[in-house]
Amino acid sequence: MMRRVYMDHAATTPLDPAVLDAMLPFLKSEFGNPSALYAEGRRVRSALDEARDQVARAIGAKDPGEIIFTASGTEANNLALRGVLTEARRSGAGDHLVVSGIEHQSVLETAKALADEGFRVTYVPPGPDGIVAPQRVLQSVTSGTVLVSVMLANNETGTLQPVAAIADACKGRGILVHTDAVQAAGQVPVDVEALRVDLLSLSAHKLYGPKGTGALYVRKGTSLRPQMTGGGQELERRAGTENVAGIVGLAKAIDLAVQTMEERTKRLRVLSDMFLSEVMRRIPDVTLNGHATERLPGVVNLAFPGVDGESLLLNLDMHGVAASTGSACAAGSVEPSHVLTAMGFADRARSSLRFSFGRDTTADDVEYVVDVLERLVKRLRKG
Amino acid sequence: MQGIYLDHAATTPVRPEVVAAIQECFTVHFGNPSSPHAVGLAAEAAVRRAREQVAAAAGVSRDEVVFTSGGTEANNLALRGAARTVRRGGGTLLCSAIEHPSVLETVRALQDEGFSVRQIPVDRSGAVRLDQLAELVDANTRLVSVAYVNNEIGAVQDIAEVVRTVRQINPDAVIHTDAVQALGKLPLAPWAWGVDLVSLSAHKIGGPKGVGALLVRRGTRLVPLLTGGEQEAGLRSGTENVPGIVGFGLAAELAAAEMDDLARRLGRLRRRVVELVQERLPVAQVLGPPLAEAAPHIVNLALPGVKGEVMVRLLSEAGVYVSTGSACSAKKRVQSHVIASLGVADELKEASLRISLGRETTEEDVERAAEEIVRAYEELVQWRR
Repeated sequence: MMRRVYMDHAATTPLDPAVLDAMLPFLKSEFGNPSALYAEGRRVRSALDEARDQVARAIGAKDPGEIIFTASGTEANNLALRGVLTEARRSGAGDHLVVSGIEHQSVLETAKALADEGFRVTYVPPGPDGIVAPQRVLQSVTSGTVLVSVMLANNETGTLQPVAAIADACKGRGILVHTDAVQAAGQVPVDVEALRVDLLSLSAHKLYGPKGTGALYVRKGTSLRPQMTGGGQELERRAGTENVAGIVGLAKAIDLAVQTMEERTKRLRVLSDMFLSEVMRRIPDVTLNGHATERLPGVVNLAFPGVDGESLLLNLDMHGVAASTGSACAAGSVEPSHVLTAMGFADRARSSLRFSFGRDTTADDVEYVVDVLERLVKRLRKG
Repeated sequence: MQGIYLDHAATTPVRPEVVAAIQECFTVHFGNPSSPHAVGLAAEAAVRRAREQVAAAAGVSRDEVVFTSGGTEANNLALRGAARTVRRGGGTLLCSAIEHPSVLETVRALQDEGFSVRQIPVDRSGAVRLDQLAELVDANTRLVSVAYVNNEIGAVQDIAEVVRTVRQINPDAVIHTDAVQALGKLPLAPWAWGVDLVSLSAHKIGGPKGVGALLVRRGTRLVPLLTGGEQEAGLRSGTENVPGIVGFGLAAELAAAEMDDLARRLGRLRRRVVELVQERLPVAQVLGPPLAEAAPHIVNLALPGVKGEVMVRLLSEAGVYVSTGSACSAKKRVQSHVIASLGVADELKEASLRISLGRETTEEDVERAAEEIVRAYEELVQWRR
């Protein structure tokens, strides 16, 4: 049988068996509708309350009522942007949105949709190191600016962003700050007080939780217009019968992620450093995309000049190695990475691959991938 | 769950074979369907198969299935998505007076965006007044939404007739039906009826919570609610809930295969519970359509002189789980908007119990439930004296 090495944990992670165990009772016996009046419904309701507490604690939120469960990180990002901007227009607070140019599609496409609806949108480019400078964000701010959205860690390069500094600069001006922490959660400490953000997006399936569940942290007092209406669930901010098992799974997953973070990320750091130095030593002319040290412990994005990224990806897959050309959402398209392009490296965009490590990745896996890479890059460069 | 569960219109237990499929999916097909490598392709294949299963169960093509996070999202996508296709266009949105809150609240929200909203009244049996509908439709009508099966009284609408009435006056109006309570209980032929959009939910048919679908007839224009990675043909971005979708697919396939038998059996059991209660309590009255015309799994029974809410709690203590109406709003609502729309006497309005049956319901269940209902009623009435 062919060896299989999964190096695409930034796209999605396998479910932790302990998370599945936490979820199963709610798929089996505890199936009541949490809105129901009777005892069984109330029991499910209390499981939801506990999950909300757990998620709030994991990100340092003071009040569990600040957590809104959603169906995905994408929905959390949509709710943050659309919810804040449409409410601001209604109340006359403003109509300007500032986002970085390296955001996930769920932020960029939503910004585009809002621009189509008449909102003003400014895109802030990163530097060549992939970092969005707080001063550049500030230069984009006007009197009508309502919201600034900059992700905590980029999903393609893993580069960490100075969100706390950006939030500090915005605070005095009455501008709300949102951060997409989907990739960062579980990899670096995420604390809404330390970050001083008003809104923060999470997704379960990037931290060994289930697909189909995410959450949006909304600081108390933040005006948000619901984007899905109906039965008044999630304190009237997101209607729909709660995905109880999924929510319990998210809570368990983020709780485990926080508990194991130090040890797990130390290991990831060792493995990805080993991968990086081995690749650099054995394959000529390779560049690391993004910041060398300000980056997630398990994400390495490399440019292989003279190699077509898509072909390399396909060949890796034939050798059992799952990597990515960038974001999984855009993988179906042939568009070059908007992140590398925004960093000023449009030329590298078509010859770059992302390798994202996880807790099951071993030193053996890393060696195997470097071996395969060395052979494939040599062959593809000969063309 | 211990006791007798007769609240299947609120939610149903996940079928064991569906749990097994979900569990397998979590461990085997954990990939991201958008990833082009083998792990992603396996997940994509699992989603494709589920899409075919749901399409077959609903009588549509697989490219007409858009997976959502539930019936509420499907209703929101249908209404907001169709209304917003014309920018600042305005126009009128029509829905029946007995729609689910996810329709009623959404048209209310759209009112703030400049649309005008009108409700179509229903008659005493809960049937949409087609004569009134004909009066409400005009050239400005953008959208009409009428649920195929009502969730509180089980009223079944003649959707083909609704479509005919609307299109005679306005051939361009988009027509949506919320079929969340109908799937697996009554046959669906949405495109033959002539509607454009149909909402479905998994957790009402033995599937998991957190998954639903909007069926979108080819050529129907929609503005997505969620933008991003352009999953679901661009109509609903966000990484697919693969295990949930797989669970929905299997539940839909099983529900379609078992529909005729189940509907017959539930219809019989429902008649039995009503007869047993009425034998002992002749004051008990069925609200909404006559049993023979209603969906087979739902009955709304009014017990004049007691409050439905109090009955629900008392029955819960006795291990019998029913509800006063829609679960979504059971917590906050004083009185059901559905029952209020029927024009029944005041003494009946707050006295109603919704009893809803499902595949796990047995003859013994309904017999014991009837006994407990009678006992609870007598206790309350006695206490009142």
